[in-house]
Amino acid sequence: MASIELKNITKTFEKHDVIKDLNLTIEDGKFTVLVGPSGCGKTTLLRMIAGLDPQTSGQVLVGGKDVSKTAPGQRGIAMVFQNYAIYPTMSVRENIEFGLKNNKVPKAERIELVESISETVGLKDYLDRKPSTLSGGQRQRVALARAMVKKPSVFLMDEPLSNLDAKLRVQMRIELIELHKKLGTTFVYVTHDQVEAMSMADKIVLMNKGVIQQEAPPEVMYHTPSNQFTAQFIGVPPMNITYVREKQLTFGFRPESAAIGRSPQQGLVQTSGEIITREMLGSETIYQIKTPLDTFMIKSIDDQYRVNETVYVSLPEEKIHFFDDQEKRIAQDSSLYLDKIQALRGQYYG
Amino acid sequence: MGKKRVSSVIRPYLMILPAMIGIGVFVIYPIFYLAYLSLHKYNLMNPAKSKFIGLDNYADLFARDEFYKVLGNTALYTFATVLITLVLSVAIAVWVSKNTKFNQFIQAGIFTPHIVSIVSIALVWMWMMEPSLGFLNYILKSVGLPTSQWLQSSSTAMASIIFVSVWQGIGYYVLIIVAALQGVSPSIYEAASLDNASKWKIFYKITLPMISPQLFFILIIMTIGSFKVFDTVRMMTLGGPNNSTNTLVYYIYQNRTTNIGYASATGMVLMLVIGILTFVYFRMLANKVHYQ
Ligand SMILES: Nc1ncnc2c1ncn2[C@@H]1O[C@H](COP(=O)(O)OP(=O)(O)OP(=O)(O)O)[C@@H](O)[C@H]1O
Ligand SMILES: [Mg+2]
Repeated sequence: MASIELKNITKTFEKHDVIKDLNLTIEDGKFTVLVGPSGCGKTTLLRMIAGLDPQTSGQVLVGGKDVSKTAPGQRGIAMVFQNYAIYPTMSVRENIEFGLKNNKVPKAERIELVESISETVGLKDYLDRKPSTLSGGQRQRVALARAMVKKPSVFLMDEPLSNLDAKLRVQMRIELIELHKKLGTTFVYVTHDQVEAMSMADKIVLMNKGVIQQEAPPEVMYHTPSNQFTAQFIGVPPMNITYVREKQLTFGFRPESAAIGRSPQQGLVQTSGEIITREMLGSETIYQIKTPLDTFMIKSIDDQYRVNETVYVSLPEEKIHFFDDQEKRIAQDSSLYLDKIQALRGQYYG
Repeated sequence: MGKKRVSSVIRPYLMILPAMIGIGVFVIYPIFYLAYLSLHKYNLMNPAKSKFIGLDNYADLFARDEFYKVLGNTALYTFATVLITLVLSVAIAVWVSKNTKFNQFIQAGIFTPHIVSIVSIALVWMWMMEPSLGFLNYILKSVGLPTSQWLQSSSTAMASIIFVSVWQGIGYYVLIIVAALQGVSPSIYEAASLDNASKWKIFYKITLPMISPQLFFILIIMTIGSFKVFDTVRMMTLGGPNNSTNTLVYYIYQNRTTNIGYASATGMVLMLVIGILTFVYFRMLANKVHYQ
């Protein structure tokens, strides 16, 4: 078990800074999810921790020890690759065993470890198979077993579920959460899927263009996003964010925060609009509503409204977020926030 | 309807007919004709006077010491050429497989002999290997090493021919192996480095198995090709000195006018030997080769 510290990390590819002066501490034993849009540098960051593609400058500390000059195999780190990177010429057993052999683990212990790990991930009957005869999910388990068997102090995973079908993905998500509970090891999990991030993380680290936007537990990140990017990246559909020209302010609200109805309702912001699209998702329905303010996505448990129907939309005061002109969210206890509330209050838009 | 059935049955055969005719005329017929010749005492001046003598040519062949000498030479040549080429080309390929400008230059350099005719190459090397005036001995002398008789001594002639063959062929195989190496997913190597594997272990547990299909392919085509070596011998030594570099195909060539039946019997034996070798390779190695 170990914490990870990145100090003033910079990574340059062909004179182009992908990551610049990044500082991050990943807590010991936590399930940390690195999330962000494609190309933001998540894989790059992970590979620097693993030592596969060392940083241009800065330090990587694992368990308080500077490993910047340590070879990948000696950092006490295991990694699950996006494409699994299983050794195709070796059987499942040999795949799992390879790291142990290289670390000179005695044979008897090795056999026992392989048996117990393969039991854990449900590969016991497949030990003598070649990877090419396995399904995607089974290969993913081989990759996991190969990582687990070394008893690493840190687990790195780069989008390990992205090649699986939706159902298996949900199942593996739960298995990974349980695995983390059982092992209690530091997990660093990379994904660009915010649903995955929300459902698995103890702590989410949200990146954009090589810069950390926010580090927080999922619920904190959802309810108090630090800026517009975070607000719109986390949550489906993303937060509605609108600029009100005559008031010169930007406010936003989550799709489920608005109330809709056939008659006007109380709220800080009240408006009405026409339903343009309607997505019925089962327990909830997502309406796209065109109001004089903007077009909003609104999520409701009520599925009775139809396309082309005009409905009233209202927003309660406590669910509204304001952003400053740096796109930062204005804290609820600041005086600026009260000014903005005042500005919006009591007006019907439409 | 019946007509339609007939045409759909016949059509595939019609389609492959041209290729089959080609194979028949240029492959099957010559083989049978070779077998036919090997059973005859053939008279070149007057083919009508040729006569069937059964297996006499074969009996004659197996009774002659020179046949065993030639067979042994060919086997030695093949074994050495294949082994040295494989080992060297893997080593060079691993060395130059990173796709940089410098490595591309080296690859091009190593490949160049392959596009030059073996006849020219043989001539150049003959000249360089000339014992008293040649470049190689000049070099050896100038650094104070003992000189060699190269092609002119029966103890070094075969080694010299093997050297030239390896030199000429290696670029081609390096190219094949480099392509194979570049086809291996880099993340497998990264996984291995995370698994704390040593360089050597990565090489024989990952690299070699990953390129085994190409190595197997090279092993087979090189064995077949080397068993049929002719031009190098013809150009450089004419089988000498003292038959020390005579090989099966050159031996056949030597007998082409004097004794066609005998030469044909040798040809049949050559075919058989290559067939058996290939079969043995497949039996022994095919399950060690990893196909994706
Ligand atoms: N080897 C490389 N050479 C040059 N540029 C690279 C290299 N690897 C990554 N980059 C660049 O660095 C940036 C970050 O890449 P990275 O792979 O870390 O993104 P990511 O966040 O993992 O994206 P994704 O979600 O698509 O996997 C990209 O702009 C990419 O083009
Ligand atoms: Mg990535």
